[in-house]
Amino acid sequence: MVEHTVSATQAIVTLDVALPGIIWGWMITLNMWAKSVGTGVVLVGAFLLWRHKKEELPGIRWTMPLISFVFLNIFLLFTLTDLHQPYRMINIFLHPHWTSAITVGAWMASLFTLLISIMAVIGFFEAHPNVRKNCKLANLAREKSALYDKIFPVAVVLAVPVTLYTAIIMAESAARELWQTPAELMQMMWAALMAGAAGLVFVSDKWSEGARRDLALVLAISTFFSFMMYMGEYFFSFKSAEAEATLAYVHAGGEYNTEFWAGMLIGFVAPFFIAIGTMKSDNKTLLRFAALLALIGLFMAKDVWLKIPQMLPLS
Amino acid sequence: MKLGFLVDLNLCMGCKGCEIACKVENEVPLGSWRLRVKYIDIGTFPETSRSFTPLRCNHCENAPCERICPVSALHYLENGIVNIDNERCIGCAGCMMACPYGAIYMDPETNTADKCTYCAHRIESGMMPACVVICPVQANIFGDIEDESSHISRYIMEHQGAVQVRKPEKHTNPKHFYVGGGTQTLDPLAQQRLEGYNLFNNITHLEHVGDPNHGVIDRFLKPFESHEELDNKSMMDFASEGAHEAEGGH
Ligand code: SF4
Ligand code: SF4
Repeated sequence: MVEHTVSATQAIVTLDVALPGIIWGWMITLNMWAKSVGTGVVLVGAFLLWRHKKEELPGIRWTMPLISFVFLNIFLLFTLTDLHQPYRMINIFLHPHWTSAITVGAWMASLFTLLISIMAVIGFFEAHPNVRKNCKLANLAREKSALYDKIFPVAVVLAVPVTLYTAIIMAESAARELWQTPAELMQMMWAALMAGAAGLVFVSDKWSEGARRDLALVLAISTFFSFMMYMGEYFFSFKSAEAEATLAYVHAGGEYNTEFWAGMLIGFVAPFFIAIGTMKSDNKTLLRFAALLALIGLFMAKDVWLKIPQMLPLS
Repeated sequence: MKLGFLVDLNLCMGCKGCEIACKVENEVPLGSWRLRVKYIDIGTFPETSRSFTPLRCNHCENAPCERICPVSALHYLENGIVNIDNERCIGCAGCMMACPYGAIYMDPETNTADKCTYCAHRIESGMMPACVVICPVQANIFGDIEDESSHISRYIMEHQGAVQVRKPEKHTNPKHFYVGGGTQTLDPLAQQRLEGYNLFNNITHLEHVGDPNHGVIDRFLKPFESHEELDNKSMMDFASEGAHEAEGGH
């Protein structure tokens, strides 16, 4: 019976130093979340513009890059703020180390933000011909309308690696086994589509019903597949001891169990059903509610998944 | 030349001399450690034994910390040491997320990452690392593992079959070896960290990563300043049980 009372390695740490605790906290969650919105609106916006005529999507040419611009700046601000030496961020450009996904990502995200900024300026002044009529920059932007259409496809292509590179940072975080590259890549992609669709819902008031139905469809598909992946990881999980130990923090009795399930229900299950409902009968208010829930739940899910692997002792 | 370390756990008596020597030599601030000796009790009373495991950076040949560092603050020296240039470090903590051995800390005085450098500055002038010199039982063996006649190479050859590294499955190729270790001592998941069993209680998680008195706004306003308020109390402000949910470093 001894095997029932003494675990195989009855080893107890009796003296050690404190563990560092959570190293990447809510700022990194916010960073990933805002990046999902910033890149997602461009991806989903491109999809809508491909499916529908411009006239069905009034305002998208400036609202889409503007939302993207705002959220990319939130993302950049918190990337910077999370650094313990924020002014040295410049070293990423002066002394880039190309094996690091942080470096590659920072360069790509900077370029992407530049392109989106140009699009936002052109799009805004083009849509508001009476604003700042005498301003040189505004008029220049209006003249450069064609540039918008040249930049847009580049921005769409770039949005993909910009949204995905955080998954590679997580993959390079060799200490955290929960984060497996294929799963994280897909989760980042679904998160971008989910957040992008949710972001655009708030400016879709005057859009055609068909366009809104497409937004609901993207929201439904992305929440469904993302939820499936979380469930796969949660219930069927990995064959790695460390990932199993990490998941104990979200399983029943774990410290993050409530936040995880709240995130799943608020961010994935509820928006999925609401989105499916609004596809049948157009309901702007409900769709907006679903979008809001998706954004809140996505933050919670990302937060949990970021933090739990940091709870384990590494040595 | 490839410098390596070997600790014979059969010899280590847990005096923590190396830990202190390292602290003094490298002026490691309070609340941070480059080298620590962990005590692990094994078995059930009265059949118990206590083992001591010194833990430091492994100077991996394939180091995830070096790979993830965006500015090459972490870099290899020709002698195999994984060194760090904290003048260049931007404090992103990527390396802390990447090192599978938790060997890196955010220095609370400089707010940059730091770690064991095998005392690279001493090696440069022909001296041994401080922890090696201080060890009263010579449990720390240091030298060139590419030189077959070095003490460490011979030690490894003599103890073939009993030489281990931590987490070999991570493909980091550590250049830090243990003799006399086992799963219980080298695998943190095989050990329980029970509250109440520690010689010192409430040692769970640090509440802060980096300088606890240097808030987010300070990072922009006083980026290169260190703090007078750093004292025992502020540095040893361990989170009480469960409080590690308060996010470290932010
Ligand atoms: S033990 Fe950690 S800090 Fe040291 S070289 Fe390996 S990965 Fe880097
Ligand atoms: S914290 Fe410093 S040393 Fe570590 S990865 Fe970031 S820049 Fe490199």
